Parts: sequence; C-alpha cells; structure tokens
Amino acid sequence: MRALVTLLALLACLVVALPARAHKPSDAYLTLTPSGAITLVRWDVAVRDLDFALGLDADRDGKVTYAELTAAEPAIVSATRAGLALRTAGGVCELRRPTLAGVASHSDGRYAVLFYEAACPGAGEITVRYDFLFDVDPSHRAIVRVRSGDAEAVHVLGKSEPEKTLSIGATRSFGAIVRQGVLHIWTGYDHMLFLLALLLPAVLVREGKEWRPREKLKEVFFDVARIVTAFTAAHSITLSLAALGLVTLPSRLVESAIALSVIVAALENLRPTLQRDRWMAAFVLGLMHGFGFSSTLADLGLGRGALLSTLVGFNAGVEVGQLAVVSVLVPIAFAARRTAVYRRWVLVGGSIVIAVVATRWFFERAFG
Amino acid sequence: MRKARFAVLGGALAAVVALGLVFRPKAGEGAEDVSVPAPGEVLLDRAAAEGRGASAAELRRLRAADKGDEAALARAVAAAKRSIEASRKTGDPRHLGHAEAALAPWWSDADAPAEVLVLRATIEQSRHDFPAALADLDRALQKRPDDAQAWLTRAVVLTVRADYKEAERSCAAARPHVAPLVHDVCVAGVLGSTGKAREAIGRIDAALARPARVPKDLVAWAAGAAGELRARLGEAAAAEADYKRALDLTPDDAYVLGAYADLLLDAGRPREAAALLAAHEDNDGLLLRVVLAKAAAGDPDHARVKAELASRYEASRLRGDVVHRREEARWALHGEKAPKRALDLARANWDVQKEPADARILLESALAASEPRAADPVIAWLEASGAEDVALRKLAAEVKARP
Repeated sequence: MRALVTLLALLACLVVALPARAHKPSDAYLTLTPSGAITLVRWDVAVRDLDFALGLDADRDGKVTYAELTAAEPAIVSATRAGLALRTAGGVCELRRPTLAGVASHSDGRYAVLFYEAACPGAGEITVRYDFLFDVDPSHRAIVRVRSGDAEAVHVLGKSEPEKTLSIGATRSFGAIVRQGVLHIWTGYDHMLFLLALLLPAVLVREGKEWRPREKLKEVFFDVARIVTAFTAAHSITLSLAALGLVTLPSRLVESAIALSVIVAALENLRPTLQRDRWMAAFVLGLMHGFGFSSTLADLGLGRGALLSTLVGFNAGVEVGQLAVVSVLVPIAFAARRTAVYRRWVLVGGSIVIAVVATRWFFERAFG
Repeated sequence: MRKARFAVLGGALAAVVALGLVFRPKAGEGAEDVSVPAPGEVLLDRAAAEGRGASAAELRRLRAADKGDEAALARAVAAAKRSIEASRKTGDPRHLGHAEAALAPWWSDADAPAEVLVLRATIEQSRHDFPAALADLDRALQKRPDDAQAWLTRAVVLTVRADYKEAERSCAAARPHVAPLVHDVCVAGVLGSTGKAREAIGRIDAALARPARVPKDLVAWAAGAAGELRARLGEAAAAEADYKRALDLTPDDAYVLGAYADLLLDAGRPREAAALLAAHEDNDGLLLRVVLAKAAAGDPDHARVKAELASRYEASRLRGDVVHRREEARWALHGEKAPKRALDLARANWDVQKEPADARILLESALAASEPRAADPVIAWLEASGAEDVALRKLAAEVKARP
C-alpha cells in the first residue's frame, strides 16, 4: 500500500528523500536462563533506543561509538534496573551484578548486551514485570525467552500487557532428579569413556614393559574403589561450585577439556606412567566433568529453588549410574584378565579407539 | 610423597577455581554472539537513523501535559507530525512509536481533538489497523468536515479495503482543498480498480502535461501511480517509462522501487531487478524482491539475502506483527515453496486488505496449493469491481478452470 504518510508530506511540500532502513519497531530481547541458585538475565537493548532515551552521543558528532556506550553504563544500568522487576511467590528477586558485556547484532542493527543475575527467594514460577522505554515509545516490546532445558518458551511483554508469570525450570520429584543423574552418566558417552579408560587396566598390573594379570580380586577392588571415589569427589566438588554459582566456565572450554581428559586417560594406558596413582588422574581430570554435569543440571532446569536436594539427588543418580557400570564391567574384565585378547585388543586396542573418538570430539568442541 | 600428591590435587582444584574467576565476568553461557568492539567503533550513525523526529526530553515533558492545555496540544501535534515525517523519510517505525508517545495524554481518548484523531489514524493505518483508522477519521471529520488530510487518508484506507464508492466520495470531499493533481491521484486507485484505468491514466497524464509549479514529490507520486495502472493493463514498456520518470525525481521511493522490481521480475529480468534494489536491502519489502530476483537469476549471493530476510521475518513473528503478511505470503510461496502456508497467510491478509497485489498472492497460493475454491473471495471481488488487471484476469481464469 502506498504509505499514507506520503500524503502528509505532500501537503507539507517537504521534498527530502533518504534511503529506507530496516523496518522494525523497537524490541528488546530478554532471555532468562536458570543457572544454579540464580537466574541469569540477558537483556539486549538496541543502541538506537538507548541513544534516543538516554542520549549516548557525548561528543555530539552524530555517531555513537562503543566508548560512548560504555561511558553511559551507569545510566543504562539504572534505567534498565528501574524497568524490570522479577518476583516469585516468595518475594522480590534481587537483580545483582549488572554487566554491560558487549554488543550483539540483530536484524536491525547493533544492540547493547546487559547481564543481570536474579537471586529469587524460593522456587517455582517467576513473574516478570516490564516497564522500559514505554514513556518515549509505547510500541516498544520485550521479547522474553525462557530457557529451561532444551525447551524454550517465548512471551511478548508490551505496554498493554507488561506483566506475565512464567514457569521457569521444572519442579521435579527427588526420584526424578536421581533418575536424571543416572540417565546422564549412561547417555553421556564422554563420562562413560573416561571411566572406561581408567578402569580397563585395573585388573592388570604393569611389570617392566608388560601388563600382568592381578591375582587377587581384593587388589582390583581397591584400585577400582580408589579411582571411582576420586572421580566422584572431583566432580562433586566442581558440580557444587558451579551449581552454587561460585565458579562458572564457558561451555566450549568445559566440553573441550572433558574431551581432552578422555584422550589423556586413554593415552595413559598406552604409555603407563602413573601406575597405582591413576586415582590422581581420575581426580584432576574429573574436575572438569563436574562442570559438564552442571550444565546438564541447568539445561534440565533443575537448578533453581530446592538447590540442595537437587544437587544431592542428581549426584546420587550419577553415582548409582556409575556403580552400575562398574559392577558389570569389572567382573567381566576380571574374568578375562588372563587372556591375551584382553591385554592386546581390549586394553590397547580399546584405548586407541577411545583416544581417536575423543580426539574427534575435542576438535569438534574446541573449533567447531 | 604423600604431600606431593595432595599438592597436585589441591593445585588442580585451585587452577579450576582460578579459571572460573578469569572467565566469570563474561557471563559464560548464552553469550556466544556477544562481541566487545574497539572503543572507537561506531555502533550507530545518528544522521542516517534519526531523521528529525521528536526528542525523548520533549516526549517526557509532553507526557506530563494536561489534556486541556491548548499550548501543550499544539506542541504535541507538532512533535507527532515531525516523528511521522521522520518515519516516512527513514522508514523506521520507531518514529511512529515516538509519535504515539507525543500524543500520550490524548492517545486513549475516544473523543480526542480532531488533529489528534487524524494523526492517530495515520499511525493506526501504518500498522494496518484499518478499522480503527477509519473510525478515528470519521470522528475527526465530524468535528472538522473540511479537513483535506483526513479525507485523503480516508480515501486511501477505503481503497485498500475495497470500498471504492466511499473512497471516491472522500476524494471528492477533499477536492476543493487540494491541488487538482492530488485529487487525480486520489481517485486513480479507485478508477483502476473499477474498470476505468484508462480514464485515470488520461487524467494523470493531462495533469502532468499542464505547465504548473508542482512539487517534484507530487510529480513522482503521480508518475508512479500511472505506471502502476499501465502495468496492470499489461503495458509493460509504458509502465517502465513512468517508473523511471518517478525514480529520476525520487530515487529512493520504496513504493515505486518495489513496483518497478515486480515488473522486471514478471518480465523475466531478475538481474536488473536485483541491480535496481542493490542499495535498498534495508527495506524488508524490497529485500523480498532481491531474494526472489537472486533466486531466479541463480545468483550465488542468494543464500545470504535469503537468510537475512528469514531473520527479519522471525523477528517480526516473535513480536507478533502482522504488517508483513502479504510479503510473507509471497516469501512462503516463491521463497520457501510452501503453498499451504502461503495460502493461510494470503487468506488472512485478504481479510485485512484488498489491493491488486493482495488478490494476486491469494490467487497464486490457491493454485499452488490446489485449493482453487480458496480464491473465491478474489473472484467475487474481481467480478463485482470490474478491476482491469491482465495478470489477475489470467490467474482468475486458471482458477476457474480448475475443478
């Protein structure tokens, strides 16, 4: 349709023509992600909108630079903080640690990216109340994405409907959380291969340049117990640190490091150096696996709310899953330990295969 | 020995925690697309983006204004007009939001002053809320029966809604208050859709031949309208000359650019269509034509523009906008090759607006989806209006030939 505003302009006899630009009304993108005890809030606001509302162009040269954006961070933080309120049934959430993390591109230009951490009392649904920019642009909207697990729900908040109650994360029974832990160790092939690489030589002992079968089941049992306990201790520590929000690492780093840990564990079987100290490798390398569990925990949306029971339940599930694997694997390995097939093909061949698979993961995760 | 072991374990744990502290400020997950530019990098060029709309400070002052304050009303109307004008010049609908903000004290008032009602109608029609726009215009005209702007706006909305009789009456009511050429272009759309395209072209040509000091925007607008009528009559060469004339005067007129590109696409000249719009990809409607042109021409750049357009439609879908339905239907049919989806969109679009382009996409989708009966409303419209349009008549005959 012939834009009607042309008519207005015709009557006013204004003869100015400028290139058309991407057509999009003002939107902000708000993403809520449960992460451990807190909910991570990412808020993308168009630089154009911030400039209009707050006046970013400090040197008045008609251009807004990144330096001018960062210089206005306090004003941006106070305006955004006033424009967003989160609460649960238990009370108002505290918006902490405002950070201007940088910029991102959307279909109509550059957006400033702000992060907040929302600390909410209690579990359950979160009510989002949005009142930002409406004073200068009533057609402004917030596109709110709520991530919980693989599912993502999208809601739109605007002047006519500024408030919505969103379910974020799922509340599950303790048993369901334990099941998730078991499932995670069984379907998380990287954790499984890591454990497998560490356990394969447990039924043998290195003498000189050769593997010999261990005679007593008791020795095997203690070796396995040391390794499993060390791995469990390591990933429990880091899972707790991550779930409590004390230490967070980028997932690319975590996932690549996990792949690397599998490679190292497999190579150790080909050129053994640690011998009886392999439990130390299980601990040191296992630290990274806890961060891997924590992202699963967050992805499942289990993080918020009843944190302690979630942590305990998920960890218990992981241990149960782990023990089930061990109790099947170790007796078979013990029975086969005297055969050349086990020493040559299962241990050496298996470790090579594990190393190759993990190397592929590493490249995919680190550079993919 | 024991100590050394614990040192290794403790060291590993400390290293992990230290890593966590190093990475912490980046907020980790969900920030993969965030970059930190150099301090001097320009994020926004105001000159291109802003136009000369109302300022935020102005809008905040107006917000607090009293409804009965005559001086504030005058300031608000002036600010809203500037923002609407900025929206026209830049194509940025944010300015329409600013115009709405300027009128905030009166915005939800059914009985607002006439000038506010006309501006509100202008904003509503640009959001394709035609019933609300018409209601506001009727109220405004009750208050000020000689408001030419209100009559013209009403005529355009009614033409889009296929109410040609009322549209013609509105053009006639505006006639005493506007230049003759404005009236001629006003009725051109009506005549073109009621079997009198030839008469409309004659009027415009005659008016343009008259030696008068006419603003070039108006000449360009009239030439574009004549070109559109000729294109509908199947006179592609003459239509092309009209479009070129219009673009010589206003090279960035998105409406004429789109019409010209469509003509080139229909004529099997996609490369020229893509070249014509090369500098106008910022406009969603024109980007759609670029995508279709590059697909038809087998241009390797097709994938890029297609992804860009998809991301813009995704953004508008998220927000719940329906302004782009006609274009989205075209995209679904010719870009995504999804005739069912195209048909749903084209039907929903036809309920809102009934211009020849709206008729065409509904006919095309109905044929592609093998649901010829879905196009019945368009067939009925063609028969009732007597619209002359070679392409529409041909498509309609095809639809009727299907069982």
